[in-house]
Amino acid sequence: MKKILLLALLLAGCMVAFAQQSGGVEMADTMRSEGKIYVVIATITIIFVGLAIYLFAIDRRLKKIEKEK
Amino acid sequence: MTNDKNLPLPSMKFIYQTWWKVLAVLIILYTLVAGFLLDVPKLPIMHETIRNVYFHVPMWMAMFTVFTISVIYSVAYLNTGNEKYDLIAVECVNTGTFFYVLGLITGMMWAKYTWGAYWSNDPKQNSAAIAFLLYCAYAVLRNSIDEEQKRAKISAIYNIFAFPIMVVLIMVLPRMTDSLHPGNGGNPAFGKLDMDNHMRIVLYPAFIAWCLLAVWIASLRYRIRLIEYKRNEIN
Repeated sequence: MKKILLLALLLAGCMVAFAQQSGGVEMADTMRSEGKIYVVIATITIIFVGLAIYLFAIDRRLKKIEKEK
Repeated sequence: MTNDKNLPLPSMKFIYQTWWKVLAVLIILYTLVAGFLLDVPKLPIMHETIRNVYFHVPMWMAMFTVFTISVIYSVAYLNTGNEKYDLIAVECVNTGTFFYVLGLITGMMWAKYTWGAYWSNDPKQNSAAIAFLLYCAYAVLRNSIDEEQKRAKISAIYNIFAFPIMVVLIMVLPRMTDSLHPGNGGNPAFGKLDMDNHMRIVLYPAFIAWCLLAVWIASLRYRIRLIEYKRNEIN
C-alpha cells in the first residue's frame, strides 16, 4: 500500500509539471475546447478503466482458485 | 531439474503482487489523457495522427518485452527441464503475438492516412509480416507435437532461433534500405525530425506501462495454464 501511495504521489508530480508547461504552441486548441475532445478522452478512459477492473477481477479469481489447491 | 536455483531468474512472487499492475494501469490512464491533450509538433501530413506514437509504438515495445521473457524461459527450460518454464515461454509468446497483431493493425491504420494505403509493401511492413508468420509457425509447430517433453524442447529451440530473426527482420533489415517508416533508411528511431521532448514525457511512460500490462496478461495466462497443467498431471 505504501508503494502504491508513493506511486500516486509521483504521478501527481508529473501532472503539475505538465500544467506548467501548457500554453505557448497552439495546435487544435479549438478541437480541445469546442471539438469535445474531452468526451473522447472520457470514453477511452472509461473503456480502459473497465478493462483494468476486468483484469484485476480475473487476477482475484485466479488467486482464489490457486488457494484452493 | 535440480539446478533451478542457480539460474539468475527473478522470483515468481513478482507475478502475484499487485503494485506493478496498479502502476501499469495508472500510467496508461495518464498517457490516455496526456496523449490527447498535450501539445505535439505540427507536422505536414501527420497532423494529429502523430499522437498514434503514444499507442502504436508501445504495442511493439510490449511485444518485444514478452518475447524476450519468453526466450529467457525457453533457455531456462532447456537448462533445467522444468515444465513450468515451458509454460511461461508459451504464454509469453501467445501474449506477444496478440500485441504483434495490435501493432500491425494500428500501423496499417496509420499508414492509410499518412502513406496513402493500408499496405504499401514497405520494407518495414513486409518484414513485420514475415516475422509475424515466424511466430504463427511457432504455434503450429507446438500444436503439432503430442508428446509433452518433445513439444517443450522443440518449441523452446525454435523460439530461441525465431527471436533473433524477428529482431533482425523488424529492427535491422528495414534500416538498411529506404522505408517510409520513421527510424529507417539510416535515421535513428524517434529522431529529432518527428519527435520533441514533450512527446517523450508521454511516450516513455507509455512504453513502461504497456510492457508491464503485457507481462501482467502473460502472467494471468501462465497461471491459468499452470492450473490446467496440474489438473492434467493428477488425472
